[in-house]
Order: sequence, then structure tokens, then C-alpha cells
Amino acid sequence: MATITPDITEERLLRPRRAAKDKYIRVGSQKVLPRVILIIMCLGFILPFYWMAALGLKSNEELSLYPPTLYPHNPIWSNIREATEVFPFWRFAWNTTIITVLTTVGSIISNPIIAYGFSRIEWPGRDKVFMVVLATVFVPFPVLIVALFDIFAQLNWINTWWPLVVPLFFGQAFWIFLMRQFLMQIPKDLSDAARIDGANEFQIFWQIIMPQTLPAVGAIAIFAGVSAWNDFLGPLIYLQDSSKYTLSIGLTFFQQQDSYDVQYNLLMAASALIVLPLIVMFLLFQKSFIEGISVGSIK
Amino acid sequence: MTRTERKNLWLGLLFISPWIIGFLAFLVYPIWYTVELSFTRYGGFGVPEWIGLDNYTRMLDDRLFWISVWNTVYYTGLAVPIGVVVAMVLALAMNQPLPEIPIYRAILFLPSVLPLFAVSFIFLTLLDPNDGIVNELLRRIGFSPPNWFGDPDYAKIGIVAIAQFGAGQIALVFLAGLKGIPQHLYEAAMLDGAGPIRRFFSVTLPLLTPIILYDIILGISLGMQVFTQSYIITQGGPAQSTTFYVYYLYDNAFTYGGQMGYASAMAVVLFLFTFIIAGLVFVTSKRWVHYDLS
Repeated sequence: MATITPDITEERLLRPRRAAKDKYIRVGSQKVLPRVILIIMCLGFILPFYWMAALGLKSNEELSLYPPTLYPHNPIWSNIREATEVFPFWRFAWNTTIITVLTTVGSIISNPIIAYGFSRIEWPGRDKVFMVVLATVFVPFPVLIVALFDIFAQLNWINTWWPLVVPLFFGQAFWIFLMRQFLMQIPKDLSDAARIDGANEFQIFWQIIMPQTLPAVGAIAIFAGVSAWNDFLGPLIYLQDSSKYTLSIGLTFFQQQDSYDVQYNLLMAASALIVLPLIVMFLLFQKSFIEGISVGSIK
Repeated sequence: MTRTERKNLWLGLLFISPWIIGFLAFLVYPIWYTVELSFTRYGGFGVPEWIGLDNYTRMLDDRLFWISVWNTVYYTGLAVPIGVVVAMVLALAMNQPLPEIPIYRAILFLPSVLPLFAVSFIFLTLLDPNDGIVNELLRRIGFSPPNWFGDPDYAKIGIVAIAQFGAGQIALVFLAGLKGIPQHLYEAAMLDGAGPIRRFFSVTLPLLTPIILYDIILGISLGMQVFTQSYIITQGGPAQSTTFYVYYLYDNAFTYGGQMGYASAMAVVLFLFTFIIAGLVFVTSKRWVHYDLS
């Protein structure tokens, strides 16, 4: 039921009454039904956000009411400040920010260099090695956690940010793939012309090709930043000292305090604070997000 | 090999050298080390003690291990097909000429970029049996809603629902695939008298099969890694109904303590299982995936 432009040959082929009936079907399948589906789904997708906001603003008294109120009758804006006091919110936000910045820097340095070697230079065996890169996408990270923990423990890296940051400086299969797709679209003549002019490969990489790849580098920066901000299993395994924790670990403090009386309003207020930068990023860079997803996965 | 070829080989290897180092240090060596540890008893301190295949034979008798396998297979078996259908329906709907599509697209895609840990907390409150808005709305229209994360029969379904909250991302991939289907195929099908349903099954669906394959393999891989939702919402319960494979592996390695050898053996099994399943899907896909337009 993809877009079908009404064309005259079709109308002429059909008898008038059938054409009228077909028009109903077409309007129904192109305008009405998709709208109904999309609006229902969108309401379902907004509901969790709504509930996070509604719960986050409820007072403790309103929270204990049964049946629950559907919106905060008396919004308590100070919940937002209180939520940042259940755990050292700003300290953890700062930690998360540093980790995010470092992993993003690592990703935008390493992935373009590696992808360049897999796309703009012809060398024997290149595409076979690239198949190995692709295969590594399917190694589930949890398979590695025991060994990585022990290896990092031997390096005295446990309870530091190194295990979360350093691996990103060596490239990530999916982002290498994404960058390579982008680099292959740049005409070969561009490199050849520069070679004839006497430029070496590093000059070509840095001065000719890199300036062309800024949209892809931007997409990688965004994806790397988001996945660092969103990481949970990594910090959970590697960090043990609350001065090093990230926001993802911070949220679990709500459950540890008193498992029978979790302050859900403050938990949701804190969640909203964590999610908010992502929503802002998303609205600002939506195009990069969508292009990154679509480019990376079709071919 | 000519001089230029040799020079290019060295240049190429130089550019990809960060990947080679990372690949060996953070993937090949850890996998090798995991295999080694899987034959030992190891608590994280001192020297691992060689015990041969004991960890593997222990799995056979470990009831909770099999429960975790079953839970994971059940979850993946439910989440993957539902995910494909939801994503495809969203993509088909978004492929229609409606002026407000960008709004729907933003709303549907936004949850995919949110952290799973925060989404898990949100769903914990959303699906709370008494205080959650979902059950309250269901009660108001006369249903007696389930206990969700408190009921062994519904806990996994709640986690499947969380997975659908991220369906927008894969829907965008499907949408890009739909946009790539040439119009003339539909016109030809219409001239042959094919109605909308026939056109979907004869043109749209076959041409989307590469993306469906991608989605299934990705979904299986993610499904077998399910962890965060269980860690945050249910802690493996109720009645071990959300003790997923990786959750149990994590528990063995880091919660119970002293079980790193056993956890490594579980990791080896997961690694092999993932590749066997992905391989099987890939091999059988030759029967139903169409890569060209003919």
C-alpha cells in the first residue's frame, strides 16, 4: 500500500462505478486508516512521557491516593530540586558528561581513520577483513563482561572510567560501517587528482576527504554521545565507588534506599532530568539521527 | 605484488591499525580468556583452578539455568515477530502522503534514543498494578487489568511491550526500504488487476525481505541480551519468570561471587548459540529473502 499516484490510464480502464468504489478504498487506505493507526500509536508512545511528567510533579500525599489521579492536581515543582538530592545528581551528571565527551571524541577520531582504510585505499584482502568487522557486530557484549572485568581488574582499571572510554578509541564496527558507506560515495577521482598533484595519503585524508564527511562524523558523534549517556551495564560492572558513578547508576539509588517505599515522584522527576538533554538533542539533530539510521542499515 | 600494491597494503593496514589493536585486545583476547576461564573455578581473586568440563556438566543439572534459557527463548520468540509486525505497520502508515508525517515520525522515533534504564523505570510506574495509569484507564472502562510485573504470566509481556517502545527506529529502516521500491512495479501490478492486498503480498513484502532478515537477526541478538529491564524492574522475578540468560550470567559473575568460571561457561554457550541461531536464520533466508527486483 505504498504511495500510488492516481494515473489516468487506470481510471480509464475501470468502469465508472468501480472507479468510484476504488476511490473510497484509496482514500481509506492512504488517508484514513494510516492516520488512525499513527494517531493511536503516537498516543501510546506519548503516554510514558506523560506519566513520567505527571508522576514527577505529584506530591507524596497525591502519590498515595487510590485510585491514582490521572494528572497532578497540585503540581509540586520543588520535586525537581528534591530529586537531585536523593543521590549526588550533579556530581553524577558531571561524571556522565565527561565520559560522554571522551567517548565521543574517541569515536570521531578512530572511526573515520579506520573507515578510510577500508574504503579509500585499495589493498589486497581489504574486503575480506571488512567482513570480519561486520561479523563482530553480532558478538553480544554480555559474552565479554566476565573476561573484560577480570582483564581490566588486572590493569587496575576497575573503578575508573578507562574501561568505558578507552575501547571507543579503537573503533566500533557499526560506526566504521556507517562511515565507510559514506566514504565510498565520494568520487575516486577526487583522491586521484590530489595524488597526481603530489599529495600523500594523509594529506588526502585530512585535507580533501575529511571536510566532505562532516555530516557522517556528526552522525557518529551524536550516536556515540547518546550511547555513552545511555550506558547502564558498563558503569554497573566497572564502577564501584559512588564518586565515580554515572546517572544511570544514580537512578538505582531510589530502589536501594527503602525497597518498600520508593519515592516514585522523585524517581520520575530525576528520570525526566536525565531524559531531557536527549530530547533536546533529538529535536535539534533529528535529521542526523534519521539519516544515520537509514544510511547504516539498508545496504 | 607491485610496489604500489605493497605500499597500499601498508597504508591500508596503517589506517585500520586502531581497529586491529581494539579487535585483538577487546574482542579476540577476551573471548579466548572467557573460554579458558570456563574450564576453571574462579572467584575473581587468586589463580583460577582448572576443573575441566565441570562448569558445562553443571549447567545440565542447573534448574535455574534452564529456566533462564526458556525465559530468554520465550521472550525473544515473542518480541521479534511482534517487533517486525509493529515496525512494518508503522512504516506502511508513514509511507502515505499525509502532510503531518514529520510529527508522527518524531514522536515514534524519539523513544528509540532514550536510555533503556530510564525507560524501564518509567514502565515500572506506568504498568504499576494499582498506581499506574494503564491499569487505572483499563479499570475505568471496565476491565480487570493484570498485575503485569507482579504476575509471572504477564511480566515477560510487559518487557515485550517495552521493546515495542523502541520500534520507531526499525520502522524508519522499513520506511527507507519502502521508499526504495520502484513505482512502476505497483503500476504493473495494478494493470494486472492486483488489489491493494495482493500488491502488498506480491510486491511490497518480497522487496522488504532483506530488511526483515536484518531486523530478525538484530532482534534475536538483542533479545538474547535482555538484561536491564529485568535488573531494574523485576530483579528476575516474579517466580523467576524474568530471570533471563544474561541476568543469570551477571548474577553468577558479580552478585553471588566466586562463580566467574561458571559465568564464563555460560558466556561461551551464549556466544555459540548466538552464532548458530544467526547462521541458521541467514542460511534459511535464501529461501525467502529476495535481493533483486526480478
